[in-house]
Amino acid sequence: MTARRLATGGTIDRSVPIPFTFGGVDYTGFAGDTLASALLGAGVGAFGSSVRLGRARGIVSAGTEESSALVQVEAPFAEPMLLATTIELTPGLAARGLTGQGRLATEPDPGRYDARHAHTELLVVGAGAAGLSAALVAARAGASVILIDDDVTVGGSLLDYAETVDGQPGAVWAAAARAELDTFPRVRVLTRTTAFGIYDDGFVLAIEHRSDHVTSTRSRQRIWRIRTQQIVLATGGYERPIVFANNDLPGIMLASAAQVYLERFAVLAGETVVVFTTNDTAYGPAFALAAAGASVTVVDTRPEISAALISGCRTAGITTKSGHAVQAALGDSAVTGVQLTPWPGTTAEPPQEVTLPCDLLLVSGGWNPVLHLFSQATGRLRFDETLATFVATAAIPGVHLAGLAAAQADLAAAFAGGAEAARAALTELSAARAEPGRHRTHSSFEIPTVVSHFALHPIEQVWAIPAPTEFADPDVRFVDVQRDVTVSELLRATGAGLSAMEHVKRYTTLGTALDQGKTSGVIGSGIVAAALGIAVTALGTTTFRPPFTPVSFAVLAGADRGELFDPVRVTAIHDWHVAHGALFEDVGQWKRPWYYPLAGEDLDAAVARECTAARTTVACLDGSTLGKIDVQGPDAGAFLDMLYTNLISSLKVGSVRYGVMCSPDGMVKDDGTVIRLADDHFIVTTTTGNAASILDWMEEWLQTEWPELRVFATSVTEHFVTIPLVGPLSRQVLAILAPELDVSLAAFPFMATRAATIAGIEGRVDRISFSGELAYELNVPAWAGTALWEAVMAAGEPFGITPYGTETMHVLRAEKGYPIIGQDTDGTVSPFDLGLGWAVSQKKVDFIGKRSFARAVNDRADRKELVGLLPVDPTVAIPDGAQLVESADITFPMPMFGHVSSAYRSVALDSHFALALVKGGRARIGQRMFAWSEESLVEVTVADAVLYDSEGARKDG
Amino acid sequence: MLTTTPGSVIPDHPDFLWRNPDPKSSYDVVIVGGGGHGLATAYYLASRYGITNIAVLEKGWLGGGNMARNTTIIRSNYLWDESSGIYEHSLKLWEGLEEDLGYPLLFSQRGVLNLAHSLQDVRDSKRRVNANRLNGVDAEWVDAEGVKELCPIVNISPDVRYPVLGATYQPRAGIAKHDYVAWGYARAASELGVDLIQNCEVTGLTIEHGRVVGVETSRGRINAGKVALAAAGHSSVVAALAGIKLPLQSHPLQALVSELLEPVHPTVVMSNAVHVYVSQAHKGELVMGAGVDTYNGYGQRGAFHIIERQMSAAIELFPVFARAHLLRTWGGIVDVTPDASPIVGVTDIQGLYLNCGWGTGGFKGTPGVGDTFAWTIAHDEPHPLIEAFSLDRFSTGALVDEHGAAAVAH
Amino acid sequence: MQLIPCPNCGRREEIEFHYGGQAHVPYPAEPAALGDAEWADYLFFRDNPKGPFAERWYHSGGCRRWFNAVRDTRSYRFLAVYQPDAPRPDIAQFMAAAPPVAADRASAASSATNAVTR
Repeated sequence: MTARRLATGGTIDRSVPIPFTFGGVDYTGFAGDTLASALLGAGVGAFGSSVRLGRARGIVSAGTEESSALVQVEAPFAEPMLLATTIELTPGLAARGLTGQGRLATEPDPGRYDARHAHTELLVVGAGAAGLSAALVAARAGASVILIDDDVTVGGSLLDYAETVDGQPGAVWAAAARAELDTFPRVRVLTRTTAFGIYDDGFVLAIEHRSDHVTSTRSRQRIWRIRTQQIVLATGGYERPIVFANNDLPGIMLASAAQVYLERFAVLAGETVVVFTTNDTAYGPAFALAAAGASVTVVDTRPEISAALISGCRTAGITTKSGHAVQAALGDSAVTGVQLTPWPGTTAEPPQEVTLPCDLLLVSGGWNPVLHLFSQATGRLRFDETLATFVATAAIPGVHLAGLAAAQADLAAAFAGGAEAARAALTELSAARAEPGRHRTHSSFEIPTVVSHFALHPIEQVWAIPAPTEFADPDVRFVDVQRDVTVSELLRATGAGLSAMEHVKRYTTLGTALDQGKTSGVIGSGIVAAALGIAVTALGTTTFRPPFTPVSFAVLAGADRGELFDPVRVTAIHDWHVAHGALFEDVGQWKRPWYYPLAGEDLDAAVARECTAARTTVACLDGSTLGKIDVQGPDAGAFLDMLYTNLISSLKVGSVRYGVMCSPDGMVKDDGTVIRLADDHFIVTTTTGNAASILDWMEEWLQTEWPELRVFATSVTEHFVTIPLVGPLSRQVLAILAPELDVSLAAFPFMATRAATIAGIEGRVDRISFSGELAYELNVPAWAGTALWEAVMAAGEPFGITPYGTETMHVLRAEKGYPIIGQDTDGTVSPFDLGLGWAVSQKKVDFIGKRSFARAVNDRADRKELVGLLPVDPTVAIPDGAQLVESADITFPMPMFGHVSSAYRSVALDSHFALALVKGGRARIGQRMFAWSEESLVEVTVADAVLYDSEGARKDG
Repeated sequence: MLTTTPGSVIPDHPDFLWRNPDPKSSYDVVIVGGGGHGLATAYYLASRYGITNIAVLEKGWLGGGNMARNTTIIRSNYLWDESSGIYEHSLKLWEGLEEDLGYPLLFSQRGVLNLAHSLQDVRDSKRRVNANRLNGVDAEWVDAEGVKELCPIVNISPDVRYPVLGATYQPRAGIAKHDYVAWGYARAASELGVDLIQNCEVTGLTIEHGRVVGVETSRGRINAGKVALAAAGHSSVVAALAGIKLPLQSHPLQALVSELLEPVHPTVVMSNAVHVYVSQAHKGELVMGAGVDTYNGYGQRGAFHIIERQMSAAIELFPVFARAHLLRTWGGIVDVTPDASPIVGVTDIQGLYLNCGWGTGGFKGTPGVGDTFAWTIAHDEPHPLIEAFSLDRFSTGALVDEHGAAAVAH
Repeated sequence: MQLIPCPNCGRREEIEFHYGGQAHVPYPAEPAALGDAEWADYLFFRDNPKGPFAERWYHSGGCRRWFNAVRDTRSYRFLAVYQPDAPRPDIAQFMAAAPPVAADRASAASSATNAVTR
């Protein structure tokens, strides 16, 4: 291959040379080049080697269908496995050819990525002749239009055709169309943007490359989430190769690609050119290259070529060989010639082999309309024998095809087809509206004058040329050059008994590479159908899956990374906790203070200190994350009776009750307190993690089962801060904070609630204890949260008040045998299993879960029950998550009798301890067992779950 | 330089796979569903339990359902005794399967990490590890540094939204190549005389006097001594033909692959909190499962926002993936039961056997259920390892609740 | 991601909604009167048809109201939406619209029909 840059022509900017390196060698291209064109311009035609056979690979195309020229980019933005044909040349670009696998750079991705939503009446995908026509028609009619194209500028093949449009180069017409589109306020044109997926209801995803080609502070790439009412797909077509021996050699290129390199990039891809074709379209490139000075021979499989083409060839000095085929390309690392054979080889005379020298072999086996998006939109395809490719069946409403995508035969037809598609879209838009739309259904559009010489048909259907003997074994006729899949491989698959194209694909890996079979798929289907003796239509093709072209993980993740991966929820007092050295625990989306270490303290030391304060003096916790649901209405009591296992409606105003909720299958779902503020007004608390789901649970029952109940449920979790004030001295602290509140035992008994002014803030005090100690839960509006907290710390200061976190909270509650839903339960635990049978009403006719308790499985003696565990040696920690076994003689496998669900050290008990779910646990109280974990084996005694203050004496202080 | 890429070459399939016979008028056993489970069941019936007059009826192409669509993770570190029992039986069969079938399956025991991101995750993980060990399943708890050693690309920085606090690790877990597995079973079964009938949709079950006697198909009536249903996502539809109602819901589940990449990810990583499960397959592509769409659906496709979320999660845990590219997405249909455990066993109709509800566990369970289901069909009673998975557990309430268990269910 | 026609809010993005499973499965009037099997039927057994399916949806990110819908589980298309207390539409009418003989692909194609026009 002796590609070279011409002195004139093309749309590159010769005044802006761009240095770059490829494979460690320095080169220079020009602004407007792609990596592929710059390399060709520098005479480089060979890339990496093939994945399985290590054969040399070159440049096959000039676009997104590239099957061969894979590169690894190392700088400026390292990225694995890109196409040389779609990388814009930028200063400092460093790349290398690739063999099989890309490399992920280990440096962090500095790129910024974002997404935009857009709504439009018409989306036009592809800004070639058809797409521009469609966009113009719709824009002139007043419709909102988004026109997107993956190229750097609009125009599509207009930029490459030698044919004139209205007497001028196509690029001029395209530029004028763009200029006009830019005058419409309701039209948006997005270049460097690829539509890669179509989903329901006109939802189209596109990726815009925003700053790879320029130095910019803009986001690197952007996802467009487009919701459109109508779509015109003017996605063009991919030229199809022909399979013959050595068809993978560098220097073999799609015919149209050579024209693109010539017209846009002023690169003549070869001097001695053979064009191997089955149709008229390849004559365009043949003429163009001949005019640029190349010596051109056209080999056409068809026995007859039109008189116009013959005379054109004669004028251009092009030799034609009709009724012939290339049966082999010659050369080792690049094509040096071709071996021809008469075609279809049925001539009476013995086949005469002809060898021609060449440094560039162009092929055209016809064109495949690009129907990936159409197929994704569940449009159906059929095989068209006259065009030898898959085409769309009747367009689906809302999705219109135009131009080559619609298999419209030539450029003139594409202009007309685009306009027609837009009009159809406008008509459907109008029909879908009850009111007259903002746009008309028609607008003036004059089809430009073009003289088309090169139409899609007549075409001869040719998939693969039989190999001459010397090239037959091993077979070097490649159907999929990226996967090194040969014709023989396909035949081996059918010979193995496979008859489904999906099987053949999986057997051979055909079409599974980066190009997803864009150019090889139809040929593969053709060869396999022929081998099976069935029609291509009957065999079908494999399914098109999104995305149309590869899309980086990073842009799909967008901004939802790091802190924004999931919202961080913090309480109103969070800043104080941070300022005072708290460490935090993730509980759902919340950050909760875990413990507050003093200098030199570890978790154990801090928790011991915090626990001691709560049990001996006074301590406080930020409990604001507790779920809080305000339930109001005349039927609120009756409703809560159904939700909770215990009776709620009997609760007196001003009182609080602990309650358990079950799912209908009788397993504990959540627990908390119910506070009755008025006959028709309750505050319900939930566990931190279940706050949202319990509100949803309430709404579900209220709306779908008992709509007659007059109840409203509202989340008020974030409206209030909740501060448990805990410990024997808590009453004294509260008395200071709320001087008007009678805090005496008689006036404010356990499980009562009182409105109060606390530190000057209107709020509510509940006498609830999750520690067993005398305790008050202070509730004030969230905005006053920090003020209250600071007031609590100040009032408690003389008493040695100590803030504590979730770890201490857990120790305190575990000492009392209070389970944590989700820690001491796992969805298989009933209230009875937890020892909460007392909270299950026997009076109520029904509540959610009640019926399930009547199943025999609930009475089994080996149900797992919540019990306490004490180590025989109190200084030995019981490992969290340990399994319980009956013998210290551990063998694998070995039966288990339960597991440790919570394990801590207790200052109050002066011992380690645990809660555990144990089969028949309550009957085992007093028995010895062994807690086994990876780390240790600890002998334990089964005990009641309540290990501290079992008589409940401390709650009143 | 003419070289091939290490690891990028996968073994060729054999020159012959299976016969494509026309269905006979009668078989001893008809298996409905030519996916992994149906093919494995046929193979074990023929190779171990002496029944060879078998047809496997497949409405599309063999192994074309979830077998062709799953993310190929194999592990047995389930929480409950019943679950680890069947999956460990399966894993043991996996360990000898290449030899058994005489087929390269690319079975790679590269280990699976299940990450823990919260203190509760840690507790649940340790509980599961200990249960696994005492059930004879290999498992260990590794801390964040240990995670990094096993899989250096996992981000264990404490600064991420949900830091990695550690993981459970099952060294014997891994991946295999799904098509190879399906075809290995198919070829072996075909060789043993099993008729594999493709493009044959079952449209009816013929039941006389409480006993199944045959099936109606798109290729005509086929008599059968016994009928075994193994139709995965379509089980509800097939079982309904026999008047059996199943507690199944079929959901779309999506998966995706990247381009081929140099080896970067040596193991399998799963995370429940940051919903990710990912491995790097033999050719070099990253294979990743996305979330289950919440609604019922038979469309074998899902919504794209689930893929986008998946990408966020992946980069959160594996920053190096930022530059990888999404090459292809697809969807399967998972049949999910109320307790996330399968339904396998006999039915009230004599000679009719049921295997469904595997959710996301179907691939890894293939050999195990193939063997035990075949045993069940041959003996007309449930194999001990699948007894707990009977349909009537939903009436008694004796569920095997893998939802409640914290293990990532994939 | 499709647009779901909330009967209260109009068409909204799918991500605003939560799925609620089969519709018209009322909580039994007298659970205590049911045998274990009947109770299990309520707890665990839901239809799982391939085709039109009456089901519950919750517009959790919008009006927070539950509603019912008939949706085709093959194409995912919403065929009707209605308030929870409204009677179930005649499913047969939708079966006629999407005949069971139609292959998946065909029904999917008809879904795309709706995709852009509705």
